[in-house]
Amino acid sequence: MTHHAQFATAKVQGAAEAAVVPVPPTTKGATPMATGAHVQIDGLSHRYRGMAANCLDDISITVPAGQVLALVGRSGCGKSTLLHLISGLMQPAEGGVFIDGNRVQGASPRWVVMFQAPSLFPWMTVAQNAALGLRFARRTAEIPERVPALLEMVGLSAYADRNVQDLSGGQQQRVALARSLATQPDLLLLDEPFSALDAFTRRALQQDVRRIAKELGLTVVLVTHDITEAAIMADRALIMAPDPGRIVTDTMLDPGPERHRDSPAFEAERARLAHLFETTA
Amino acid sequence: MTDAAYTPDDTVVTEADTARADALRGMARNLGISMLGLGILGALWAFGGWLITQSDGMRAFGQLAPGPTLERLWDMIQRGEIWPMSAPSLERVGWGLAIAIAAGVPMGILIGRIGWLRDLCNAPFQLLRMISPLSWMPIAVMAFSTWDGAIIFLIAVAAVWPILFATAAGVRRIDPAWLKVSRNLGAKPVHLLVYVILPAIAQDILTGIRLALGIAWVVLVPAEYLGVSSGLGYAINDARDSLDYARLGATVLVIGVIGYALDTLCMLAIKRFSWLRSDT
Ligand SMILES: Nc1ncnc2c1ncn2[C@@H]1O[C@H](COP(=O)(O)OP(=O)(O)OP(=O)(O)O)[C@@H](O)[C@H]1O
Ligand SMILES: [Mg+2]
Repeated sequence: MTHHAQFATAKVQGAAEAAVVPVPPTTKGATPMATGAHVQIDGLSHRYRGMAANCLDDISITVPAGQVLALVGRSGCGKSTLLHLISGLMQPAEGGVFIDGNRVQGASPRWVVMFQAPSLFPWMTVAQNAALGLRFARRTAEIPERVPALLEMVGLSAYADRNVQDLSGGQQQRVALARSLATQPDLLLLDEPFSALDAFTRRALQQDVRRIAKELGLTVVLVTHDITEAAIMADRALIMAPDPGRIVTDTMLDPGPERHRDSPAFEAERARLAHLFETTA
Repeated sequence: MTDAAYTPDDTVVTEADTARADALRGMARNLGISMLGLGILGALWAFGGWLITQSDGMRAFGQLAPGPTLERLWDMIQRGEIWPMSAPSLERVGWGLAIAIAAGVPMGILIGRIGWLRDLCNAPFQLLRMISPLSWMPIAVMAFSTWDGAIIFLIAVAAVWPILFATAAGVRRIDPAWLKVSRNLGAKPVHLLVYVILPAIAQDILTGIRLALGIAWVVLVPAEYLGVSSGLGYAINDARDSLDYARLGATVLVIGVIGYALDTLCMLAIKRFSWLRSDT
């Protein structure tokens, strides 16, 4: 453990000058394997109060455990609404969301949303922010062991006791990721979490989040309007169209084994998805 | 430029030294200006004292000039009169503020969070707030069996509004995303209060308390003109009745100094609990 921590600290300090810190691939031992959640969405419709038309209409999706699913669609087609409904932060007008067979009634530490803004608490350190979920779940006993492991996983061990206001936007989003993973959720819901970051930081985080999700076996639902992001991160893409929000395309993604941005396989897959998006959305 | 400037280590040290020297110079400058301000106040005081001695009808008040006043103050300090005189006042202000905080902070949080309650309370609270706390005096005297009770009531009535309004304003400025993120992480209402709302508005509450303390300290002296036989207000009244003007001046000075000290304490507390970065 001590040896581990020292290794991580040294590694991160060396890389701290760069905008992006590589994630040390040492997390498997520290974090027990979670099995991802199975998500079933049945005939989901939603209308905001005071609106004439449905914002989402009769949406049915099944996400098998451990899949990374991208929801792609133009602005205003209801992606965030769908994510809020899945997370239980909002209740649907019709239909239901079932996670591992249980109907979602509200928020739970087992499924966690990561939003576009990290929204960290500026009166707390990095480590305290990462520990919030465990505090709320009355699992404070796990904090001393979990939080250093999480910060190591997102490459921020050296920043544990810093105030979050000292961090760059990308580092703050990494803290938000650590905070989301603290309670060992089996479903991670991402609402355009990288869209406010610069291209360089965004790429690094896209790859890191996918790697971490795969290492932990998480099910991920990623909302994005960036085709490339969907192709890099997701196993499967759903394309949504607006008025009312509905799913028009459901396709598996195979961007080559490396998911390398410059490989022909990736480029072909990205182009296929872009074409599908243009013709259906 | 010397050779030393090219070695990075030396450059860093030099920059740190320069920064420290700058900071020291800034502090010295601020201190100097503060002392100058106090000096001007003292000079005006001395000038006023001199004017009084020049006019025949006012000569009796000459004791209010800096010389006699400071002499008497020194005398009072040596005889240990300051603390027995101030302690009852501080105690009354402490109780009044404590009651104002206990009522104002929870009410402020509720008003900040609940829209209909805010609308309901707005008009009555604005109305009550504009009533001079001293106009409650006769009612307070009737309602409370002890003088102390009446004084504490007056201070609490004066102090509750800034605390309540500052708290409510702070709550309304809380980033809704903080609450959403917390709910998403499984926070119960008590978690929201302890981990989000209270830390987020700590400095708003303290700013309200600082304002309230200023008002309470001002209301205290006239309130202590009521029946009590202790405290700074009583001491002023007593000195006036016994025509001991040097003592009157010294007591006024003590009131000012204690008030200034309390305000400084509040300011330090605000700094301590502030999470806002001034440099960003
Ligand atoms: N609180 C609300 N009340 C009423 N209408 C809303 C509300 N939130 C969203 N809408 C409407 O519902 C529709 C879907 O909104 P939503 O935020 O889910 O879109 P989105 O796909 O996430 O868009 P973006 O990519 O811009 O984030 C929009 O037409 C929006 O105007
Ligand atoms: Mg959205």
